[in-house]
Amino acid sequence: MPPDHLPLTGLLVIDLSQFLAGPYASLRLQDLGARVIKVERPGKGDLSRSLYLSDTMLDGDSTIFHAINRGKQSIALDLKNAGDMAALKKLISKADVVIQNFRPGVIERLGLGYDDMQKFAPHIVYGSVSGYGPDGPWARYPGQDLLAQARSGVMWLNGDDGQGPVPFGLAIADMFAGANLVQGILASLVRKGISGTGCHVETSLLESMIDFQFEMLATHLNDGGRPPRRATHRSAHAGLSAPYGVYQTLDGYIAIAMTPIDRLADLLGLPALDVFASAPESWFAERDTIKQIIATHLADATTDHWLALLEPHDIWCAKVLEWQDLLKHEAFQRLDMLQSVERCDGRTMRLTRSPLRINGHRPASRQGAPSIGADSASIRKEFDI
Amino acid sequence: MTEHTIPTLDQDDLPLAGVRVLDFAQFLAGPVAAMRLADLGADVIKIERPQGGDACRALAIRDQKFAGDSLLFHTFNRGKRSYAANLKDAEDLKDVKALIRSADVLIHNFRPGIMERLGLGFDQIREINPTLVYASVTGYGNKGPWRDKPGQDLLVQSLSGMAWLSGNGDDDPVPVGFPLVDIATAGNLVQGILAQLFRRERTGRGGLVEVDLMSSAIDLQIEHLTSHLNGDGSLPERSATSNANVYGAAPYGIYQLDGGYLAIAMTPISALAKLLEISALDQFSQDEAFSKREEIKAILTEALAGHNLDDVLGVLEAADIWCAKVMNWTEFTGSDGFQALDPITQVSGPDGSTAIVTRCPIRLDGAVPRNGRGAPALGADNPQIRNELLPG
Repeated sequence: MPPDHLPLTGLLVIDLSQFLAGPYASLRLQDLGARVIKVERPGKGDLSRSLYLSDTMLDGDSTIFHAINRGKQSIALDLKNAGDMAALKKLISKADVVIQNFRPGVIERLGLGYDDMQKFAPHIVYGSVSGYGPDGPWARYPGQDLLAQARSGVMWLNGDDGQGPVPFGLAIADMFAGANLVQGILASLVRKGISGTGCHVETSLLESMIDFQFEMLATHLNDGGRPPRRATHRSAHAGLSAPYGVYQTLDGYIAIAMTPIDRLADLLGLPALDVFASAPESWFAERDTIKQIIATHLADATTDHWLALLEPHDIWCAKVLEWQDLLKHEAFQRLDMLQSVERCDGRTMRLTRSPLRINGHRPASRQGAPSIGADSASIRKEFDI
Repeated sequence: MTEHTIPTLDQDDLPLAGVRVLDFAQFLAGPVAAMRLADLGADVIKIERPQGGDACRALAIRDQKFAGDSLLFHTFNRGKRSYAANLKDAEDLKDVKALIRSADVLIHNFRPGIMERLGLGFDQIREINPTLVYASVTGYGNKGPWRDKPGQDLLVQSLSGMAWLSGNGDDDPVPVGFPLVDIATAGNLVQGILAQLFRRERTGRGGLVEVDLMSSAIDLQIEHLTSHLNGDGSLPERSATSNANVYGAAPYGIYQLDGGYLAIAMTPISALAKLLEISALDQFSQDEAFSKREEIKAILTEALAGHNLDDVLGVLEAADIWCAKVMNWTEFTGSDGFQALDPITQVSGPDGSTAIVTRCPIRLDGAVPRNGRGAPALGADNPQIRNELLPG
């Protein structure tokens, strides 16, 4: 897609953040056409460059760093050095958006709080992401994904009843906080386009986890605080009736979503479900029993056998795939969600792309993540700093 | 309901004040996106079929109803208006087209091809409203062999490989207990719509935004999938105990103690060995935290079992170790940390009854959007909308 078609072409974002939530937000802005300059401390840079001992390291930086920072530029600045600080302020004065994720209080001590910026960048849209909000008893805690998940109650909704808490194997608190920050920034940019005023946009990992749990948490709050209970068997949503869940078959696993039990009983030839078929209120109340009956039955034949039986009748079901099955599937390839990106040393790596299509095109760029300060000289020259 | 500690944004300060959104979508991803736009100030009109409306109105969790519809429906349709129209009726369709002419944003999640058959496809609509931002949600994109598969969250989790990331090594695939992919898709849609609105402010041109559940599921796995794509092709394994990230080194995970569970994030092994006095950990160097994570986690699990959770938390927190108590909702909603975020708000239904819902997680200039209106009854706003937007 021609760059001038990207909706955020011409927008300058100065990203002071590190790790995941903030950089994920600036990645989204970058995908949509914005120019993103990462400000990193000389030497170590963004701490996520050395995060994780994952087996796959590229350029000495972690793969996660590359995945989240592709297409950005890097300027190395020491915020304790007066000259560098003056340079940063000049850079920010030319920018549209600033993103930061220091612990509450730190950025103000550096003289780069939202109020400070009114002096040299009065129209800035300023995005802050923290762990637990700007104040309160948890504000000093590290804003780390697993810990925010732990505190938010979310871990008691995964897995089966009787198991302990089951964390998400994904950094969902970080990613949703990043996504919420982007939304607030973009909405403020729309307003800025109309009224010319800047804005301080804030979100946190914990607010994002509360928002994420809206459906079940609202149920809990309006239900006299009754704790949610996961199904004892094949749980995939604490609030939904049987058969919702993943079931083992003879050669793999099949997922079955919302399906009336009477239809399922007919199609699977399961007379043991007849007692429940005409009593929809039992599909939640007796879900553990019903799921056991279904599980026992499905274990006797292959996934393809069950799919052939259910799919022609528009039953909501799917085979549970592993990545290698997914990656070679035509359906995945048609989405065109991967791109090859050039690293600083000229070799290429495979990264995911934006989940958005804009005017029929999925944004793509060949540019990888920068090394620390890779663009310091050119940015200094361009902005006369 | 207690007083709020975080101020409410004035209506005039809401960034999307004056933006009109027509929401044709049902269930989750589309309506959640539209709710966020409503939170941020947009006038969102749900276009619903006259019989039954959004199918989610009837989808109750634990039979909880509010103002005649499921409480679930209210949790992500609050603050919208409802306009009932039969898109197969020529008169109704004409009115809907007139509404589209007055709109800034249109959202739908019909399966590929349906809007086009109604004459409401992007290319058709562009002729009557060239400045419209047209947003569509599908399950798997608008082509390819999965095009007509149901775009449902659990199924996308299952097809995307995601079900193999949570739970422990010996577990079956573990889907997460939330419509994770739907919610992520909604967020992506909001981003695309807002970016297009921003462009429209500058260029006067509308445009198309398309998202799908599968692409969003891939993006959610950005961290892990990238490691796989650039690795040796082998699949990652969940650790046998306390898995929380397939590529995470020990001690990353959840541990059971006396009195509850403890989450421990990235922490040097030597620090744990010293603080918790576990000499069996001394044999491991930090370089082995990933390759020997099973042994390390097993030792840690055994050493921590039986210890009092609060005592251990006291020791670790004093040393700034990244750890937290695993809370359930009773503990969480009762905590000072929860209260400090002032995260819940009250909405009223059309019949005057009230319910508690969570608020928009975004603060603007230190204040949050709050709209006391619950979700509309089906077609509740037809007369007013006709009067306002469909004169004559």
